[in-house]
Amino acid sequence: MGIDIKIPIGLMFTILGFLLTLYGFFTRLDSTLYERSLGINVNLWSGLLMLLFGLIMLIFGLISRKSKSS
Amino acid sequence: MVNTGFVLSWIDYLIMIIYFVFVLGIGWALRRYMKDANAFLEAGRAMPAWVAGLAFISTNLGALEVMGMTGSGLKYGMLTTHFYWIGAIPAMVFLAIFMMPFYYGSKARSVPEYLKLRYDEKTRGLNAGLFALMTILASGISMYALAILMEKVLGWNFHLSLVLSAAIVLGYTYLGGLSSAIYNEVLQFFIILIGLLPVVLLSLKDVGGWHGLQQSLAPIVTAKGFAPDAWTTTWKYTGSAASNPMGVEWYGIFAGLGFVLSFGYWCTNFLIVQRAMSAKSTTAARNTPLIGAIPKMFIPFLLIVPGIAALVLLNSPGKNFSLPLNAAGQPIYDYTIIMLLKQYLPAGVLGLGVTALLASFMSGMAGNVSAFNTVWTYDIYQSYIRPTTGDKAGDDKHYLKIGRMATIFGVVLSIAAAYLASLFGNIMDFLQTIFSMVNAPLFAVIFLGMFWKKATGHAAFTGLLLGFAIALLHHGLTYPLGANTLVKGGWIYHLHAYPVEMAQNFWTAIFACSASAILTVVLSYLTVQKKPDEELKGLVYSLTPRLSEEAVPWYKRSVTLAIIVLLMVSILTILFW
Repeated sequence: MGIDIKIPIGLMFTILGFLLTLYGFFTRLDSTLYERSLGINVNLWSGLLMLLFGLIMLIFGLISRKSKSS
Repeated sequence: MVNTGFVLSWIDYLIMIIYFVFVLGIGWALRRYMKDANAFLEAGRAMPAWVAGLAFISTNLGALEVMGMTGSGLKYGMLTTHFYWIGAIPAMVFLAIFMMPFYYGSKARSVPEYLKLRYDEKTRGLNAGLFALMTILASGISMYALAILMEKVLGWNFHLSLVLSAAIVLGYTYLGGLSSAIYNEVLQFFIILIGLLPVVLLSLKDVGGWHGLQQSLAPIVTAKGFAPDAWTTTWKYTGSAASNPMGVEWYGIFAGLGFVLSFGYWCTNFLIVQRAMSAKSTTAARNTPLIGAIPKMFIPFLLIVPGIAALVLLNSPGKNFSLPLNAAGQPIYDYTIIMLLKQYLPAGVLGLGVTALLASFMSGMAGNVSAFNTVWTYDIYQSYIRPTTGDKAGDDKHYLKIGRMATIFGVVLSIAAAYLASLFGNIMDFLQTIFSMVNAPLFAVIFLGMFWKKATGHAAFTGLLLGFAIALLHHGLTYPLGANTLVKGGWIYHLHAYPVEMAQNFWTAIFACSASAILTVVLSYLTVQKKPDEELKGLVYSLTPRLSEEAVPWYKRSVTLAIIVLLMVSILTILFW
């Protein structure tokens, strides 16, 4: 009803994903930070995954908005 | 003393804040659509099937499930998957194929209202009252757990956390009603999934993958007196209760969990069914539980597998992993997921993991509140306090106001229940105790009502009451070994001891459901069916015209989807037999 949930989901994950990717990128040399995560830069990977998911949701949301308005 | 505190940095708080801005923003965006009670309490029956389907499982993916299931994974191993593969999934398929046409097609706005249409007023009243009480209790437990978590993990004040989380849930459910709750459940579903995924992968990698996990488990489990693979198999050791950690035989699992508890929960609990009832068409309503079933069957990998990995970590001193202990010196299993987050997640994803946990609490609470306000408004207020007047526009406005007030009222009562809940131990087991007492007899009565036109109102009402009484009696006469409080049972007499609490819960449900079914059938023969066949059309299987799916392409038909779901779950069961 009213809103298409794909758009807010897409927006949120794009923002969060972008944020985490950046954070992961800038902290990539901080080995003490990633000691817990077995040396894996989980921020970068999670961030990229979320960014991808967010963008896919946004694209689908925009497609269905377009098809509705035309 | 194990330190459960997290050190959060600015990035973690930033993630949390962004998430809550979206949660409240969805409520805010929906507020202008809330014009009448139908929009507020039933989401206008306009939800697409995938949205309703994800909300359907997300409501159940509350924190009790997240924390409880990971803890159970540690305690019972892969046997915990029975809650999914023999429990939830078959019940969801049954609900979709056989029951949804009656719930949705009858135009009832709630499960209690279906009971009123099918049976009589008193059956509805009894169910509505019990349901309202149960949802408030469940929501209170959820809030309590959240506040404890925030206190222990984030170092926030218990009372402040309670009020703050209640205020957020109230904020978005008050603004956007059921739609807001449902949309947020979808958002929550994805954040829980993505927030917990790093823990699953990292914990599994740390113990050497699935194969490494099996190998490391063998000596630990053998020391406990079980077969080396008892924690990584599902049905293999259910031949006798003593050879598996759950302490239940295969028929107890099959009948108690697979049939009575799960069917009772998934097919009659309005909290769950309400999500499917909000769908936009009968086909969408039937597909809702089926679409939900597909992610649902993989949730064990998200929750149970890290719990099993935690058992290995607990027994590897080099890993520095431990669980906090309760006053009696026993580990608090519900903290497993939290300690895993602490173990593996660096700043950044840690904020995401904590947000996922907070999200799971909120989805449990909001679900309960949005079901409570519907039952309160339609089944209690409209039925007994102020019936419709015939002035449709005026009524719509009035009931919208009442629905909104019930939302506030429900949240306040939940806070009270949260303080009450602080008296109990393992929240999951406690919740099971309540469910088995209320839902199991209800399933018997609704099932008979849908498939047997002779079942009468008097019989159903008595059946519900007796089922509940039998459940109480069974709980009072039996107790789990090692129980130290009367809440766990045995408060009348110590007639029988079960090896674990879970087994006691299963049998409580089996007794309650059978007693209720038998009594309803017997009394239906002794009493007169007051409802003529004409009135039961659309409510009972034999009197309802078959739903034709011929207009729907075969790949979108519920039956096709149901077969796919059952096939997938069979494959999983065989793989992890």
